[in-house]
This record gives sequence, structure tokens and C-alpha cells, in this order.
Amino acid sequence: MIPSAFEYVAPTTVEEAVQALAEAGEDAKVLGGGQSLVPVLRLRLAAPTAIIDLSRISELRGVREDGDAIVIGAMTTHHDVLNDPLVAQHAELLAAATRTVGDPQIRHRGTFGGALVHADPAGDLLAPAVAMDAEMVIAGPDGRRTVPASEFFTTLFTTAVGADEVLVEIRVPKKTGWGAHYEKFNRVAQAWSIVAVAATVRTEGGSIAEARVALTNMGATPIRATAVEEALVGQQAGAESIRAAAQHAAEGTSPMSDGNADADYREHLARVLTGRAVATAAGVGG
Amino acid sequence: MTATAEPTAAEFGKARKRKEDARLITGRTRYTDNMSLPGMLHMAVVRSPLAAATITAINTEPAKKLPGVLGVYTAADLDAEGIGLPCAWPITPDMKSPQAPPLATSTVHFAGEGVAVVVARDAASAEDASEAVEVDYDELDPVLDMEAALADGATLVHPDLETNRNALWVFDSGEAGSGSSFDEARSAAESDGVVVKRRFRQQRLIPAFMEPRSCVVDPTGEQLTMWSATQVPHILKTMAALTLGLPEHKIRVIAPDVGGGFGGKLQVTPEEVLALLVARKLNKPVKWTETRSESLLSAHHGRDQIQDITVAAKKDGTVTGLKVELLADMGAYLRLVTPGIPILGAFMYPAIYKIPAYHFACTNVFTNKTPTDAYRGAGRPEATFAIERMMDELAAELGVEPLEIRERNWIKHEEFPYTTVATLTYDSGNYEAATAKARELFDYDGLRAEQRRRRESGDPVQLGIGISTFTEMCGLAPSRVLGSLSYGAGGWEHASIRMLPTGKVEVVTGVSPHGQGHETAWSQIVADQLGVGFDDVEVLHGDTQISHKGLDTYGSRSLAVGGIAVVKAVDKVIEKARKIAAHMLEASEDDIEFEHGKFSVKGTDQGTTIQDIALAVFAAHDLPDGVEPSLDSDATYDPENFSYPHGTHLCAAEVDTETGWVKIRDYVCVDDVGTVVNPLIVDGQVHGGLAQGIAQALFEEAVYDEGGTLTTGTLADYLVPSAADLPHFTTGRTETPATSNPLGVKGVGEAGTIASTPAVVNAIVDAVRHEGINDIEMPCSPQRVWRAVHAARGEAKSTSQHTTETAAGGGLGSMDAQSADNADTAGGAR
Repeated sequence: MIPSAFEYVAPTTVEEAVQALAEAGEDAKVLGGGQSLVPVLRLRLAAPTAIIDLSRISELRGVREDGDAIVIGAMTTHHDVLNDPLVAQHAELLAAATRTVGDPQIRHRGTFGGALVHADPAGDLLAPAVAMDAEMVIAGPDGRRTVPASEFFTTLFTTAVGADEVLVEIRVPKKTGWGAHYEKFNRVAQAWSIVAVAATVRTEGGSIAEARVALTNMGATPIRATAVEEALVGQQAGAESIRAAAQHAAEGTSPMSDGNADADYREHLARVLTGRAVATAAGVGG
Repeated sequence: MTATAEPTAAEFGKARKRKEDARLITGRTRYTDNMSLPGMLHMAVVRSPLAAATITAINTEPAKKLPGVLGVYTAADLDAEGIGLPCAWPITPDMKSPQAPPLATSTVHFAGEGVAVVVARDAASAEDASEAVEVDYDELDPVLDMEAALADGATLVHPDLETNRNALWVFDSGEAGSGSSFDEARSAAESDGVVVKRRFRQQRLIPAFMEPRSCVVDPTGEQLTMWSATQVPHILKTMAALTLGLPEHKIRVIAPDVGGGFGGKLQVTPEEVLALLVARKLNKPVKWTETRSESLLSAHHGRDQIQDITVAAKKDGTVTGLKVELLADMGAYLRLVTPGIPILGAFMYPAIYKIPAYHFACTNVFTNKTPTDAYRGAGRPEATFAIERMMDELAAELGVEPLEIRERNWIKHEEFPYTTVATLTYDSGNYEAATAKARELFDYDGLRAEQRRRRESGDPVQLGIGISTFTEMCGLAPSRVLGSLSYGAGGWEHASIRMLPTGKVEVVTGVSPHGQGHETAWSQIVADQLGVGFDDVEVLHGDTQISHKGLDTYGSRSLAVGGIAVVKAVDKVIEKARKIAAHMLEASEDDIEFEHGKFSVKGTDQGTTIQDIALAVFAAHDLPDGVEPSLDSDATYDPENFSYPHGTHLCAAEVDTETGWVKIRDYVCVDDVGTVVNPLIVDGQVHGGLAQGIAQALFEEAVYDEGGTLTTGTLADYLVPSAADLPHFTTGRTETPATSNPLGVKGVGEAGTIASTPAVVNAIVDAVRHEGINDIEMPCSPQRVWRAVHAARGEAKSTSQHTTETAAGGGLGSMDAQSADNADTAGGAR
């Protein structure tokens, strides 16, 4: 299908992009890797007057180290995230979730930042960002600001990024040596998650010293399973204790019902999958 | 004379790669949408978003003012109000048939029905303008549920028909004299045996062919040339003439390379008729190509039946009677063969079994949904599903091994030919051999042992074994049988052979490939039969001015009917050449032998080749008296019987009882498709068929909401599996040649689809039967499986405190719901 007509702008710096957004006005859209926006345009579910394409801004690509964090450019493709040694070393949870995104074609096109700003509650990279306490660096007319992941996702398909702003980079605190697993549950390989669980844990002498767990598609935004985390810390890393902690997974969630799953089934899945995700992250056999 | 390839004696059975694939894979071909003609215009269809509504006004003026727009037309503007799209299968004399206009006139009857067309200089302008056409509707109550549609006082889809019942079609073996009375069998079983009754739902499916539908109509003077992504160029030509009152000899239909159909392109579509009308009105070439969403919404759907099945049996498992009561959803209109689809299944419920009494009754029902029609297997997958599920249910009821209960009832190989209770005569088969081979490849006993272990240990992941045996009637079809079923055409097929002066061969076939590999298979057949090289054969098809006669491709008919026509045409070439060879070799015709392309005189070393004869005929300098200078031939072949492929499919499925997740661990099928021309093509057909059959069991379903809106309108929502979602297939074969044709071939195109669905569902039910579960509705989604287990264990449904105010994430439907908000947020969607 053919999108409605729009103006096309391809800035080469972040400043130009912000400028272009200001000039284009309210009905402009930012184009990242195009894996969500292009289908929406083709189906004419959106008809923006202008498209600001970020693909020519080289400073938005790549992964670098900055003290206790790794910093990922918003336009870094999933493929590049997956193949980055810093990510592999310090952010295994992010790598694990990224491996489940779409298929190789999508991972070569789609971008980390784009997936976050799209903020589809079924998207697989939101929960890892929340679990890892990532911080988002956003550029706008008044300069740059940093928003923690816990405040970044405001509701369905909506983030802290304003109409006149662009996401520049994501700072991910290092979780070097932590075990991690992303447990995704979907009906066919290319489908969105019905529910998924992002878990990363640090074990010390057979006990769980620290745990971070976040849920995909259990509400309008990714949800940190704090009750599970609290129940895990200090426990022996064993199947029974993990299973018991996972029973708290649906607390504080507000899942929806759709053609794939009703809310109560999602809650049930969240508990089962949390147990599996944590067990795998902690290296505990089922 | 150019060099000719060495003929090889054994093309038959050789796993050749397909000669058509190089051009298809590299894009060096022309699909219909690639066609571009000088001055060509583009048509877009404005479709109703509502399932049932009265059209109160259509304002085309805003759209007409947009740049590039040449016209916006309603049915009235095209004089199309009186046109009815054809239905060629009136299954009963009193069948109710609504007029099916190419564009809705005063009322729309399904969401997706066209209400106007826009014609513009380019596709984008047509798309833009179609959004500017203003249509006012008064919404009506849609009829969506078949049982409700048949209730007294039901809202009517077509009030002028005074009922939602399209037809009632009944077969009773007692009345037909082909068997005894079902009622008597049931009475006997009630007093000393067992009666098992189940209801199954065949969900609505969407064919989802890869190439969307497309057509181009070029009016040049009186001549109309239509390119169309169709399975049926010949039928389309004749039906276009009949439907629009056009002279048939002025219409040429070309199906170029076509990217899949699965029955979904066995149709005369509203859009093809509209393109013809618009092209004639404007006297310009017009193209229409649908979007994927349009395809899912408005191209015909398949399946959608409710099946009430009753089996009567003796205590030892011998089936004594079978009763089938169906409700079949026609959707809003009858398309080309809509009402006959469930009837194609009527003959297959007895399947491979000796069933003494059979009663079948199908009620066809109109609803406000997209029309249904042929989809891979068409009636036969539904029948096979029902009987194979019932054999498992009967086995469970009686505590008999499910393979054993099948063996107790099936037709034994020495009993062929066998006339069934449904009046078909199966020419050949060996169910014992196929089953034994499948059992061996599967490690049936080992898997049963593992199943027992998992059950005893209470493993949360249970193992199930699903069995499906099947046969089907395909190779449509003997013309007189079709006539007895009131089908609107015959079932013959045509072929011709053209011998070129250089010894090369052109084969013209009346079947119309759309992915099957006919060019390769026909070349192999001709190479063997005529003794020429594989590469010296060119297969021509799909253009009604080149292949002037044919009935096209569907119902696994191409090889068993069209391929035999090719053989018959080759025979005629050889007979003609034999006369000339005798003359050239100065021998008596009786002394001429023909083998591997060479004519020789018995007992001598004198001989000549078919290529030399072709050149001699071209020169025509020295032909026998009264012999025409041509080796070319035509043959039209009408089969005496259907072909009856069969097979045994075994599926091992793991069911995670904690999540409802189903994983197919092993899938083994042994199919008997008679003699095999090309094993690679046969394997490809079986693999694709399995994918589609498994998809019905696990993934695919066209879902309508309460308002009659299709909620699975994109491929993000309608779950077509990819290779990543399917298991490794172990395919084996037995070869029991068909006795009804000279090659011994049977159809293969639908086999995998027919057999696999019940194999998978039987495996899932088998995995959790010990929980007290005896059915799970298709598609067996994780949620459905989990709920079945959950309910069987008596675990109360946990009450959710949450309302459903937020839409679900994932799927483009959810983006639709949010698009208004979303559009306000720059950067919201990337």
C-alpha cells in the first residue's frame, strides 16, 4: 500500500534534526529504522506531514564505554547491538532480548532507540531497559536532558520524548558478570510477545545477591516486578525458592485481553515465565 | 539442425530441480503487477467498513477533484447493478442464490465489499482519492453466527431470499442403495455397542497466497486482453463472456507467472469484472492490484463449518454407522463454487474405512462475512479431520489402541477396487504398507513408552501421539460425475504437442500452474514418452490464445488429468511419425518399433529418430500419399475416475501443561501418490501442504468481532507460520500405481493439508487425555490448551481485577486503536 504524501527531511546532525522537527511542526514523525513507522504509514494509520529521517546522523550509531555504563546510540541497529563486545560483556540481558526481536532482516534495519521510543508494550527491549535501570538522553530545543527508564515510558506508545525532541542515546549501567535471560512467549516466531520476562541476577556463593526483573506486555508500559526481586534477594538460588518468588510476578500489573490471551492467562504466564527466566538467569536447572 | 540434448530413458522418477525456479527466484519474470502498458490507468476499490448497512449516499465529487483522478464510479455509473457474479455450482434445484453484484448497490453485505471504484493515472493518486469518496451508511444488524442465522425470526442477510439457508444437501446410503440405514445402525449400537458423538469447529481460514491478486485489462478495439493472477484463465474467459454478455472470441485471458493460489485464485472476482467494465468504459488499459490487507479482507476465505458427527460401533471397535450433520458458512454471497465445497467433502467422510451405513446432511448458511470458497483441500480436509478425530475418540471410548481401531476398519489392500458407502470406487491403495512404514520411521513404540514415562512421573510437559490416515478424491474429475453433482462444467483436460523443425518440442497444456512446477514435470513426461531431451521441451500455458482449451489447475488435477492429456497427445505424435518412419525406412508400418525417440525396423539396424522425422515433415518433400505435413497433435482427456492418494501421518507433540504451549517434536508422513514423476516436487508439495495443515491446527484463524469486522486483517494478526515455527518433516512414500490412468499417477497437491490437521490435534488431545480432555478447538492456541487443562483440573478461573481499558500491545490492530494519539507524538512510531 502507498503512504499519503509527506515532506522528507534527512538531517546529518542531532541539532539539525531538532531544528527540522521545530520547523515541521506537530504533525511530523521521526523515522528510525522504519520497522514500525513504515507499516503504519503504508496502512495509512498515520499520515504525517513530514518525516525526519535520522539515518544519516552518524553520531547516533554505535556503542561506547563511559565509566560504569555503556552508552548505545539511539540509531544503533539490533544487529549491531547483538554483535557488540561491550554489550556482550556488560549487558547480557539486553543481548538476550535483542536476539528475540523479529528476524535477521528486521534486526538489520530496526534500531534500539526506535524500539524504545515506539513504546509498544509488547516490544522486547522495553523491559530490559527498565530492569537494567537504563537512562535515556533526549535532545530538544533547550539542549539535552536525561530521563530514567522508570519515568521514560508514560503509557501505551508514548514516552517522555516530546514532540520537539529526539532520543539520542541510552546509558545502560554495567551488569558485568550477572546472569541474564529473556523468556519470551509468543505464538509464531515473528509475532510480538504475549508476555515476556526480562531477568538478570547476581549470585554470590549460591545465593541471589541482586535481582532485576521486568515484564513485557503486562500493562501499558513495561513493569518492574519489584515484589519478585525483593522475594529473591538473599534466597538460595534454587528451583523452589525461585518458583515461590515468581508467584509475586503478576502483582501490580494490569494486563489486557486480546485475541491471543485474556488478562488472567497473562497473569498466569507472568508467574510461570518469571520462574523460568530467573532460574535460567541464575543457572538453576528446572 | 541444432544440436539436440541426449534423451535419457529415465526422466520419470528423477529428482530434477525445477526449470522455472531460476527466473522466479531471480525476479526475471513478469507477474501481473509488473505489467505496464502505454496510457495505463490504475483502479482502486472503495470498500465498506461495515458488515451490514444500507448505503444512503455516495458523494464522489471530492474524490473526482483530486489530481490525477479520471473517474469515480458506483455500480450505477458502470451499469453494473444488474450484473451477478457467477456461481457455477447449484448444488440443489431449490438452492437460494442472491444476486452478487461486483459493487454493492443499495446494501452492503460484508465488511470489505466494494461500493465504488476510483480510476487515476497512478496507483498513489487512486489510493488517495479512494479515501476521499464519502459514503453514508445506515448500519444494520449483522448476521454472524450460523446457528442464530437459522433460528426462527433471525435477521436476514438477504431479505429477498426470505431465509438465511442457502441449501440443504443430503446423502443417505440407505436411500442411495450403497449401504444400510444409519438409524438402524445407531439403534443396534445403543443396545449392544457404542455411540460416540462430537462437535468440531472448522475455523475460517484465509488462503494467504504470496502474490496478491492483480489484473490488467487492455481494450484494443473490440479485443479485450486480460492479464490476471488467476488459477483459472480458461474458466475466467468463458465466465467473463457469460457474465458480461461479451463475445467470447474477443476475450483473451493470460495468467502469467502466478505466485500461489491454494484455491484462493480459483475465482471470477468482482475486481476482474470491474476492471473489464472500467477498461471498456474508458477505452484505456486499467490495472488493479490489491494490498495485503485487501486480500485478507475481501478475497474469498475457506473452511468455516460446524460438524456434528455421530459414530456407531460394535464393542470390538468395528464401525457400523456414520452420521455427519454440517453447517457450512457461505459468507454473504455465492462465489464460483462456494456451495459445493462442503459437498466435495461429503464423499470423503467414510475415508479409508468400510462403513456399512452413512448419512450426510449439510446446511449451507448465509452470514454477513466474506464469501467462502475453495481452499486447499476444499471439503476434504474437513471430512478427514472429522473422521480421524472420531476414530481416536472411538478408540478412547473403547480402550483400544488408536492404530488398531483404524486397522480393524480399513479397506485391505486385496479388497481393491473397493466401492465405498459414499459410492466412490477406490481403484487402488495399500493402507497397511503405508502405515507400517510410517510406524517404523516414527519409532511408534518408543514414543508410546516415553509417553507412559512422562505420564507416570507427572512431567509438566506431556507427550501425545497423533495419527491420521487419509485418502481423498482428487484429480477433478470425470465429467459425468461432475454432471451428476450439477457442477457447471466438465472435468476433462486438453494438451497439444507441436513438433518444431529442429526437433524441439512445444507442449501446450490446459492446466494453469501457479507454483506447482508443471513446466518441469511435463518436460520430464514428454522427454520419456517421446524420447527427446528434457531441455528440448518447452511447456506453454496460461494464455487462452496459445492454450485455447483447458479447465485449469485446482483439486490436484493437473498431473492426473492434464498430464495424461499430454501422454495421449504424445501417443498421437508417435503414431503419425510411425507412418512416416515406415515410408522413410521403406518398411511396413507393422515392422516399425519405437523406443527412446528412435524408430527402427524390427530385426535390423535400420532406424531414424523423431527429430529427423520432424525435419522431414517440415520439408514435406517426400511424404507418403495422403499424409499431412504435420506431426502436431491434440488430445482431450476425460478421466474415468478420480485419483485416490492416501497416506498415514504420525505426529508427536509435547504439550507444556503449565503454559499450554504445543511443540511438534516429530512429524512423519508416508504418502502414496501413485507413481512419482519428480520426487523433489512431490516432497515440496507435501512440505507446503503440511505447513498449511499444521497452521490450521495451531495458528491460523480469521476472526470477526461482534460488529462483523475482521480483526485478523494483517499478517501480524493472521498467523501464517514460517519455517521457524514448523518441525522437521520426515517424508516417506509407498507407490501403489493408480489403475485408472496410464502413468499410474495420483494427485499430491492437497495431501499434506488434508492429513496433517487431525494428526496434530489428535496428538495434542492424546497428550492431555488423561486429564479428562477429549477435544480442544482449533487453532489450538496456548491459551486454549492451557484453559482446557486448567478446567479439567477443576482449577477455578482466577478472576482478573483488571478491566480491559488498555488495548493490547503487539499486532497492527493495536496500532490502529492508538493511531489517533500516536500520530500526535513526534517520534512516537519509528
